[in-house]
Amino acid sequence: MTERPGFGMRQNGSPVDTSQAPATGEPFPPGPLPPETLAPDARVDLAKERADSQVDSVLDALDAELVGLAPVKTRIREIAALLLVDRVRARFGIDSGRPNLHMCFTGSPGTGKTSVAVRLAELLHRLGYIRKGHLVSVTRDDLVGQYVGHTAPKTKEVLKRAMGGVLFIDEAYYLYRAENERDYGQEAIEILLQVMENQRDDLVVVLAGYKDRMDSFFASNPGMSSRIAHHIDFPDYDPDELEAIGHLMMEREGYGLAPAAEPVFRDYLSRRRAQPRFANARSVRNAIERARLRHASRLLAAGTDVGRDDLTTLHPQDFLASRVFG
Amino acid sequence: MRITQGTFSYLPDLTDADIAAQAAYALGQGWPCSVEFTDDPHPRNSYWEMWGLPMFDLADPAGVLYEVNECRKAYPDRYIRLNAYDARYGRQTTALQFIVQRPAEEPGFRLDRTETADRRVQYTLHPYALDRPEGDRYGAGR
Repeated sequence: MTERPGFGMRQNGSPVDTSQAPATGEPFPPGPLPPETLAPDARVDLAKERADSQVDSVLDALDAELVGLAPVKTRIREIAALLLVDRVRARFGIDSGRPNLHMCFTGSPGTGKTSVAVRLAELLHRLGYIRKGHLVSVTRDDLVGQYVGHTAPKTKEVLKRAMGGVLFIDEAYYLYRAENERDYGQEAIEILLQVMENQRDDLVVVLAGYKDRMDSFFASNPGMSSRIAHHIDFPDYDPDELEAIGHLMMEREGYGLAPAAEPVFRDYLSRRRAQPRFANARSVRNAIERARLRHASRLLAAGTDVGRDDLTTLHPQDFLASRVFG
Repeated sequence: MRITQGTFSYLPDLTDADIAAQAAYALGQGWPCSVEFTDDPHPRNSYWEMWGLPMFDLADPAGVLYEVNECRKAYPDRYIRLNAYDARYGRQTTALQFIVQRPAEEPGFRLDRTETADRRVQYTLHPYALDRPEGDRYGAGR
């Protein structure tokens, strides 16, 4: 052992490290003290407030990195505007209470529910609505126990971990199993409801799932539905958006399409879209992954010298080999 | 007699905001927090009963405060303390520990003197509350 930590006190002979927060006196929540109340006739520059909160960088990233999803983006912008205006109102001493931001994301597989949730956490943190801005993503397994008395501690532990951030419950409809009335999922839902109501300051709960199943979930849990203020539906992508998503993904992985492959890729997407089990962006990702495989084996089979262009360009035959064209 | 043990014991009782700030500091240092309670606060009684398991992977003190309040609800008339454990090699010990609740009335300790051989005297601290059975030592039913 080379260095012996100073048991929480200062190291032998070394000066006190002032860069670390002192053990006492840190205000809660950490941050600058709220400024004094403004006079009733004061004016506030909203544009400056907006720039100070750095919310635009998150919204811009949302626009740039996620294709389509117009209704989702609109709703997130509205929430950002509301929180910003609430902050300014608070400076005038107008108490408007904390808005309820529990949400439900519904949509087909691969429509970007998780990606939006991550950005939402970041956004709410920038706007000061939540203290930490981390996302805890869980499914039924993490909340529901296996035997009597196991569920409550398990659910509470997850809730405690999510405090200060966003709790994202993927495929939330699995929590309630109508066919088994003794299912422990009901217990998890009750604890969840209680915390959503009483600790609204501490965490934001986002439920996600497929539209029809979430609807029947809410039908059997009306208390849950009414405690969620924002029901956001993620629309399916149209073919142009899927293509844009594909290009974005390839760009991120250092690939490009040969000019001849562009119409083939478009054709592939429209054919795949018509097939069963189409999962929007996730299917696009899988298509690109398989094209990469074929691309690599084609290069190896040819066995010739390769240049940078060969390594980064996907050709029509990389897609045409797919059984979608069969 | 007000019992003083752990950190901050000579300060006035911490408010919830103070407790949350201390928990935030502990979590910032990477120390998981845990809650313990007892009705035998003798200084030599190191092992209080655990209120649930230590809380790992917390990001925010709200979770710690939640458990403290749950414990207060269940045991309104016992001593409750908050521990923060530093698991690093070379330390592996409680890094911070302070009382977050005490009974309304603390009868304190009496000093027992026992004469032994050669007029030597042995001294013992005896909590008055300890004369009653466990669970019955503080609070209204006493």
